[in-house]
Amino acid sequence: MMRARPGLGWGRVAAATLAALLASVLPLPAWLGPLRPDFVALTVLWLTLLSPRLTGLVFAWGAGLALDAFKGVLLGQHALALVVIAYVASKLRLQVRAFPPLQQTAVVLALLWLNEFILFWIDGVAGHPVTDWRRWLSVLVGAACWPLLSGLFARVVARR
Amino acid sequence: MGGPALGLRLIVLALASAGLMVADHRQHHLAKVRDWASAAVYPFQWAVQAPVQAWAAMRESFATRAEIEAANVRLAADNLVLRLKLMRFESLEQENQRLRTARESTARVVERTLIAEIVRVDLDPFRQRVLVNKGTRDGVFRGQAALDANGIFGQVTRAGPVSAEIMAITDPEHAIPVQVNRTGARTIALGTGRSGLLSLPYLPQNSDVEEGDLLVSSGLGGVYPPGYPVGKISSVVRDPSQPLLAVEAVPLAALDRDPEVLLAWFDNAVVEPEPGPAEPQP
Repeated sequence: MMRARPGLGWGRVAAATLAALLASVLPLPAWLGPLRPDFVALTVLWLTLLSPRLTGLVFAWGAGLALDAFKGVLLGQHALALVVIAYVASKLRLQVRAFPPLQQTAVVLALLWLNEFILFWIDGVAGHPVTDWRRWLSVLVGAACWPLLSGLFARVVARR
Repeated sequence: MGGPALGLRLIVLALASAGLMVADHRQHHLAKVRDWASAAVYPFQWAVQAPVQAWAAMRESFATRAEIEAANVRLAADNLVLRLKLMRFESLEQENQRLRTARESTARVVERTLIAEIVRVDLDPFRQRVLVNKGTRDGVFRGQAALDANGIFGQVTRAGPVSAEIMAITDPEHAIPVQVNRTGARTIALGTGRSGLLSLPYLPQNSDVEEGDLLVSSGLGGVYPPGYPVGKISSVVRDPSQPLLAVEAVPLAALDRDPEVLLAWFDNAVVEPEPGPAEPQP
C-alpha cells in the first residue's frame, strides 16, 4: 500500500528532495540567477503526479518549510504554495498521467505559475514586493525543464 | 486517499502555513524556531558552496608567477600610498581626540571588528542578501553594521547561532542615512536591488551635489558608525519639472565580489546633539 513502485522508497524521495533543495541555493552567476527554475516545486509535482501514494500534501508542506529555511524567507511561504499546487496536481493526476508530454508540460507550466503567483502575493502582503518582471522567467524555464527532468527522475529516482 | 480527506488536509496545512507566516512576520514569536532551522540548514548551505570555493582556492594556488608578481607590485604601491595617509592620520586623530575631550563628547568610531566569511549561496536573485559564517555564538546581533575594506557593506538582518544574514546597502528594502562629504548635506540612500546602484531620491532641486561626490554615513539612526564611506555619486539628473533631483550613486564596498566582511562594534549609545544656537543672555 505504501509503495506504488518497488523502486521508489522514502530514501530515494528524501535524496531527490535534498538534491532539489541544494540546487535551489547553488551559487550561480548573477545573470543566471533569475532563470533558476524552482527545483523543489518540480520535484513535488513529479512525485505527486506520478507516485501520489507515497508522497502527499504533508510531504509537500515539509519540503516547502525546508525550502523556507534554506532561503531564509518567511517560514510557511513556500510551504503554502507547494501544498496548494500539490493539491491541484493530485486532483488532476489521473488525467495528466494520460496526457502526451507537451500537454503535460502545459499543465506543469500552469501549476508552476500558480506556485510563483502565491509566492508573489505573499511577498506583497508581507510588505516586501518584488515587482521585477524577471521573476516570472523561472516559471517558463521550469516548464521547459519538465520533459528533461521527468525523464531524469524516471531513470534515476524511480529505477527499480 | 479520498477526495474529502485530501481537501481537509489542504485546509489544515494551508491554515498552518498562514499561522506560521503571521507568527513569523508580525510578532517575531518564532525566534527560537528560526535559530534552530538556520542552524540545521547551515551545514547543507555550507556544503553546497564548498566545491565552488575549493575551485577558487585551487585557481589561486595555481596562479602564475607573473600574476603574483604583478599583484605584489600593486600591493606595494598601495601600501606606500596608505602609509603616507597614515602619517597624517595619526596626528589628526590625536588632534581630534583633544578637541573632543575639550567638548566632552566621545567619538563614535569602530572599536572592535570580527571577520566573517561570506557563504556563497544564492538566497534570492532579486534581493541583495548574503549569508556569513558567524552567528550569535560569536556575539553577532541583529542590526549590526557590516563593512568591507572600501566602505559600508550592510547590516545584519537575522542572526542565527552559527550563521547570519546580511542585507547589503543595495537591497531594495534598505535605506542608509548619508552625508555628502563635500558639503555636509544629509539625505538617505536607498537600495535599488541591483548590486552596483544606490538611489538618492530626497534631494531638493537646489541642493549642491555633483558627480563624483563622496557619500559617507551620517550615523543618524545608530545602526552605522558615522563618517565611513558609502558610495560615490554617479549621475545627477536635474529635471526642472520635478521637485526633487534624481541622483544615483555607486556603492564603494565591493558588494558582489567580497570574500569576507567585517562586522563592527561601536559605541552607538551616544547620539551627539547638534550644537544649538547660543542661549540668548537675559
